[in-house]
Amino acid sequence: MAKAPIPILAERARQIMVSGDPGAAMDCNKDSLAGAVSQRACVFCGSRVVLYPIADALHLVHGPIGCAVYTWDIRGALSSGPELHRLSFSTDLAERDVIFGGEKKLYRSLIELIDRHQPKAAFVYATCIVGLIGDDLAAICRQVAKERGIPVLPVQSEGFKGNKRAGYQAACKAMFQLVGTGDPAGISPHSINILGDFNLAGETWLIRDYFARMGVEVVANITGDGRVDAIRRCHGAALNVVQCSGATMELARMMEERYGVPSIRVSYFGIEDMSDALYRVAAFFGEPAMLARTRELVRTETAALLPELEHYRQALAGKKAAIYVGGAFKAFSLVKAFRLLGMQVVLVGSQTGTAEDYAELAAITDPGTIIVDDANPLELSGFLAARGADIFVGGVKERPIAYKLGVAFCDHNHERKECLAGFAGMRNFAREVYASIMSPVWRLVPRQETAEAAVASEEVR
Amino acid sequence: MATMAVKTGAAVSTTNACKLCAPLGAALAFRGIEATVPFLHGSQGCATYMRRYIISHFNEPIDIASSALGEKQAVFGGGPNLMQGLANVIRKYRPRLIGVATTCLTETIGDDVPRLLKDFAREQGDDSELPLLVPVSTPSYVGTHMEGFHAATRAVVAALAEPGPRHGGVNLLPGLVSPADLRHLTEIFREMETKVTILPDFAATLDGPALAHYPLIPAGGTPLAAIRRSGSAAASLELGRTLAGKDTAGGLLQQACGIPCLRLGLPIGIHETDRFLAELTRISGRPVPARIKEERGRLVDAYVDGHKYVFGKRAVVYGEEDLVVGLAAFLAEIGVQPVLCASGGTSGQLAQAVAAATADLTREAPVVREGVDFFEIEELAAALEPDLLVGHSKGYSLARRRRIPLIRVGFPIHDRLGGQRILHLGYRGAQALFDTVANALIAAKQDGSPVGYSYM
Repeated sequence: MAKAPIPILAERARQIMVSGDPGAAMDCNKDSLAGAVSQRACVFCGSRVVLYPIADALHLVHGPIGCAVYTWDIRGALSSGPELHRLSFSTDLAERDVIFGGEKKLYRSLIELIDRHQPKAAFVYATCIVGLIGDDLAAICRQVAKERGIPVLPVQSEGFKGNKRAGYQAACKAMFQLVGTGDPAGISPHSINILGDFNLAGETWLIRDYFARMGVEVVANITGDGRVDAIRRCHGAALNVVQCSGATMELARMMEERYGVPSIRVSYFGIEDMSDALYRVAAFFGEPAMLARTRELVRTETAALLPELEHYRQALAGKKAAIYVGGAFKAFSLVKAFRLLGMQVVLVGSQTGTAEDYAELAAITDPGTIIVDDANPLELSGFLAARGADIFVGGVKERPIAYKLGVAFCDHNHERKECLAGFAGMRNFAREVYASIMSPVWRLVPRQETAEAAVASEEVR
Repeated sequence: MATMAVKTGAAVSTTNACKLCAPLGAALAFRGIEATVPFLHGSQGCATYMRRYIISHFNEPIDIASSALGEKQAVFGGGPNLMQGLANVIRKYRPRLIGVATTCLTETIGDDVPRLLKDFAREQGDDSELPLLVPVSTPSYVGTHMEGFHAATRAVVAALAEPGPRHGGVNLLPGLVSPADLRHLTEIFREMETKVTILPDFAATLDGPALAHYPLIPAGGTPLAAIRRSGSAAASLELGRTLAGKDTAGGLLQQACGIPCLRLGLPIGIHETDRFLAELTRISGRPVPARIKEERGRLVDAYVDGHKYVFGKRAVVYGEEDLVVGLAAFLAEIGVQPVLCASGGTSGQLAQAVAAATADLTREAPVVREGVDFFEIEELAAALEPDLLVGHSKGYSLARRRRIPLIRVGFPIHDRLGGQRILHLGYRGAQALFDTVANALIAAKQDGSPVGYSYM
């Protein structure tokens, strides 16, 4: 296959490394480079991701219409009850509000929406413009909270104040104001909070079921299928089980500091990490009966799963995968999951990884794997072609890049509709990877024709 | 599903907006210009969110650059980031034009983008590789994405069009229509043997073929040379019945180059398409070709075949104002009563435009509302008892709650494949819409029948 040069801007050269290269180190956690067409969003986006699944809260975006409309119900975040989170509320600031200030409109909007929907709490998101015009979000929130008797929480998520990671922190700060305001009486000593799962395709329900089978009480899911009252009393749990690359780490840290709730960091993706997560929770409680139940759970689930995976392994062995996801923690699990399927990871990257994350990726990937921080379409498409990836795992923004080039794609982000966590999720993942790669449509794409032409011309020679 | 509460009258807050923001419209318009990179001067999130939104409709990559402003730039000005961003886009993409749209952030901190672009060009010296830099002011707190779309189109014309001896071709300014519509318009002009410059034209750039290599910039778009010549065309045809008195590309060409600007409705349905073709005939002096007349004839035949299934049904129509007007005209002529015509836009002309396009065709005047969101649309719809919804896919939750069919048209279509392939315009577009509407109503009747039936 002909290789076009991969256009990398000099300023970005240190944000790309190759696994196994001596002295390779990653320059990361910096602002996106202007003009680089980063795949990243903003602080506001980070806050929305984390808080949006709290289904009985009102989520009001204070700003011009775009910020609210582009985040209207874009994530699965399923709820077993109220669905207030699926509506897109905005103050829809107009020019006059920008000139004279938006506080009055915010106040009136909040009162109107709270009276209309009777939510358990309200989150008010600051956008870029609010940071500039200086509306006193906190003061309005305090006033409305007093008048309406529910928590009204400002989220300081002005888009320009850093990247998505800063948005996670803003979200955690807002939630932390709820923690400790409910009554923790009656909570089992064997209890946890699930942090960092967003129930995109029912994952939280699956994980809760595993914990129930172990005999562990889940006090609050933060935030998948989330409820305000559960978060208010979640300080009564014995342990915080935190998934993902730190979307809710800050909340766990604050809860440890104020309430002495310890935390562990886990992943629910892939057999290895899922089992490890359950065993670590069992080990924390140190209860022999619970440990036995956990062993039984893992044994039952894997015994059912492994023979089915073998079928997929045979078809997929040797295929090449590329990964570009938001948080690096998910990338770790994906590397292992692909290995389980007999596949080779040729590219792995994230939007918001830390130096330690990238060191870990370098440690667990095969030599020669490209590792990239805060990439863009030209780099991603260049690496996909150069490394001959058979499948690309990413989010919606990555999908058309893969498809345009005739590469299979698997959505492992906020908009997926397939449950990919847990043992059931590994089965779904294998099935989706298989269905994506084995489709006969790839025989028709120009990339294949080019490859075949190259092989043919080799043969002629 | 989420529930909507009782009627509250005119709301202060917005719930489920029926509009998008101005920079998104600008990015879409710029994508329809040859060798152009859309560039948003603002924080990174705007570009990324809009890309994501556009991708989900077109299923096509769209690279939108950003000056990726941070807190420091928000305080001290975004000029340096804009310069750096432009330099990086030029180095990587080698565009011939960069369309720089502002956002709420940069409008409010007061960055003087036209001046910054001049500074940038001066600093680059006499670099012949330097692309054209076209600024457009699109604060997201003014208007909707349609204002952004038209402003960007106008900005490109302002930067490029040159007056000159008349060449007899036509400028067609179609507004926000689908790639399928753009291809059909091109075909109509070819059959009418009339030279046309469609501006913008994202038929290829947002609905392209599978490729072996990722293109730096997708092929297609209105050629820059053609935009230059737009200043010496025989006439401009600007589609949109709510554009009167607005500062648009067509108006600018008239004012600056003396090109007569004819404003027509979007050619949706037979009446509006007849008007469109009549104007074309008048301008070009060429008759409507037999093949197009045959298409019209078959369409009339189809209307007759299906009239019973649609007559008297009540439709709620929502979306971009000009599209709403066109759809209302189409529905009225097939006997469907548009009971509510609603838009998030606020041109001040929607009611008048709907009335003009549906006059003599409907027995009761539709309720027309500008500046509404889906909360208000649902409140109004509750009393109007519609049989169907016609609009983009953001009306889905409303359709689901009320258990009525949703005919997906316009932008965005996020919950079905093929939004970019929906044909709305011309007799052929009307044929597609008619079949879809009639079949949706037949299916609803069939599904609701206690026994089901296998003949209509």
